[in-house]
Amino acid sequence: MNPVNYLYLAALLFTIGATGVLIRRNAIVVFMCVELMLNACNLAFVTFSRMHGNLDGQIIAFFTMVVAAAEVVVGLAIIVSLFRTRHSASVDDASLMKL
Amino acid sequence: MENLIALLIAAPLLGAAVLLCGGRRLDAVGHWIGTLLAGLSFVFGALLFADMLGKAADHRTVTQHLFSWIPVSGFQADVTFRLDQLSMTFVLLITGVGSLIHLYSVGYMEHDERRRRFFGYLNLFLAAMLLLVLADNYLLLYVGWEGVGLASYLLIGFWQHKPSAATAAKKAFLVNRVGDMGLSIAIMLMFTTFGTFAFGPVFADVSGTGEGKLTAIALMLLLAACGKSAQVPLQSWLGDAMEGPTPVSALIHAATMVTAGVYLIVRSGAVFNAAPDAQLVVTVVGAVTLLFGAIVGCAKDDIKKALAGSTMSQIGYMVLAAGLGPIGYVFAIMHLVTHGFFKAGLFLGAGSVMHGMNDEVDMRKYGGLRKYMPVTFVTFGLGYLAIIGFPGLSGFFSKDKIIEAAFAKGGTEGWILGGAALLGAAITAYYMTRVMIMTFFGEKRWQPDEHGHEPHPHESPKSMTIPMIVLAFGSVFAGGLFSFGDRFLHWLEPVTGHQEGHPPVSAAVVTGATLVVLLVGAGIAYVQYGRRPVPVVAPRGSLLTRAARRDLLQDDFNHVVLVRGGEHLTRSLVYMDHTVVDGVVNGTAASVGGLSGRLRRLQNGYARSYAVSMFGGAAVLVALTLLMRAV
Repeated sequence: MNPVNYLYLAALLFTIGATGVLIRRNAIVVFMCVELMLNACNLAFVTFSRMHGNLDGQIIAFFTMVVAAAEVVVGLAIIVSLFRTRHSASVDDASLMKL
Repeated sequence: MENLIALLIAAPLLGAAVLLCGGRRLDAVGHWIGTLLAGLSFVFGALLFADMLGKAADHRTVTQHLFSWIPVSGFQADVTFRLDQLSMTFVLLITGVGSLIHLYSVGYMEHDERRRRFFGYLNLFLAAMLLLVLADNYLLLYVGWEGVGLASYLLIGFWQHKPSAATAAKKAFLVNRVGDMGLSIAIMLMFTTFGTFAFGPVFADVSGTGEGKLTAIALMLLLAACGKSAQVPLQSWLGDAMEGPTPVSALIHAATMVTAGVYLIVRSGAVFNAAPDAQLVVTVVGAVTLLFGAIVGCAKDDIKKALAGSTMSQIGYMVLAAGLGPIGYVFAIMHLVTHGFFKAGLFLGAGSVMHGMNDEVDMRKYGGLRKYMPVTFVTFGLGYLAIIGFPGLSGFFSKDKIIEAAFAKGGTEGWILGGAALLGAAITAYYMTRVMIMTFFGEKRWQPDEHGHEPHPHESPKSMTIPMIVLAFGSVFAGGLFSFGDRFLHWLEPVTGHQEGHPPVSAAVVTGATLVVLLVGAGIAYVQYGRRPVPVVAPRGSLLTRAARRDLLQDDFNHVVLVRGGEHLTRSLVYMDHTVVDGVVNGTAASVGGLSGRLRRLQNGYARSYAVSMFGGAAVLVALTLLMRAV
């Protein structure tokens, strides 16, 4: 199977993730969309690794997974505490950081 | 022996320090300390004079190097004193007349509770003036010059509780500052031209320097001289300076201060000799001032202001003579010395009259005082005869020589300058006769003041009359003593140089003409004031009289031209500052502020809008990368 198809899939997943980040208000969904974008990148890295015949891309993919795992921990903790204080998981409600 | 030179200055300086720092515990003896130290300085001066007389005429210059003041490579300023015949003359005049004025002030300021401070200032004045005439370079001279300015400010404004005295002191100081600017510019020019400002090297280098530069230096020196010596156009402070106590007026007008300008010109003779254009300006300034001061002196009813006009006029004679170059330097200094005697005597006499008349200064309220104050009358009268140039008295010898020298300048200039000097002599005779008659002759015109106190004119105490008598002797004999065998000429010639003038008419004719105008001037005054009673209230007078009463509109001129002009300049500068400079600054701030206000809206707090800008930025970067690749 032509590896370029995996790249198309990765682009499609990244676009879906980006759109989700931009248009959804629910923090959990935004968060999942971010994960989707990260995994789309991982898919692209692995595909490129396959196409170029070296392991660089696969190594980067492992790094990305580690960072994503750490990010999930911090991110979920923030969302939970946000929900506890405001009884809402909408990112638009948390808009106090402005002048 | 030359180590004494520094002590000349140190004595009055010590007096000033002790009296001004000593506090009230010195109140009882302060005036005697001041007088003693001034007298001590005179004794040192006399010792040095005796020493100098013992040497050959061209080996009389001695210098004393005290210390290096500003030793920088290429810029050497030393505290070095130079005592030659010229400075010796000044030292004797300053300390001699100065000591007499100190002695006089003991009596005159007896009832003033700040007498100790007054003597401190007097000593400071002497010290500064001695430093001025003893300095061996222009920078040190400048220190003395400023010191004189400071001391005159303190003394003119001594009765500072009177607003008029405080204003007069400020006026004198400010007008002097204008002249000081001239001196400082002259020193800077000298440094750039010659690389030094010590007398010896500067005068030696004059011959190899362009005339333009020398003219500039000479004109700046003249400006300085105009400020200190109250010459047109910087003359306006002198009349107001009469607000100070009378001994101060005597000191300023006879021994110190106004003589400094003449000293500066004569001392810088080498520079002026090489700049004929500047010399011409000097003579014009002198001639204009001698007439200006004389005319002002004719109209004043205040005895001190009449004498102030007279000083201005007499200094004008000296400046005129100094501007004539080597034919006039010696006579300028000779007139300065004789003037020092008779003007100090006249002022002390005026002070004695005021002392007896409850500080009344209006001559229209005097009259017939000769019966009440015989000593003052005689000494004042001798001073009067000396200043108008009565044959045989001091003023006759010195003034006559200046008039001759003015004619000897030659050509049309000589006739104009000589004519002005002759006219000045006539006016001098007129206004001094007027002062004399209004004060000492005629009916008594004083009346009780508003409290019903009638003045009781009386002779002043011994401490005041003795200096007047001594000065009267000087007024009578100094001129003859100097002129006999041209003694003064030979004394001063090694320093200033001399060149015999050849007037277009013989000297006897000039002398004759001087005597004729003297008689005419005195005669007119006698007819106007001696033959008929003097009105107690001043008549309206002609246009010229009214202008002269206002000092020939000098203050009005200064006000309209300088004050108004300065105000307009300042206002326009302030306007420029507010509109242009502030406009640029405020405009920049406002535009930055407005832009920031708009940019601030981007920070709306919504995480999703930040995400949009992140994605947008990333998209732009990717697009740019691709674009670069394609190109």
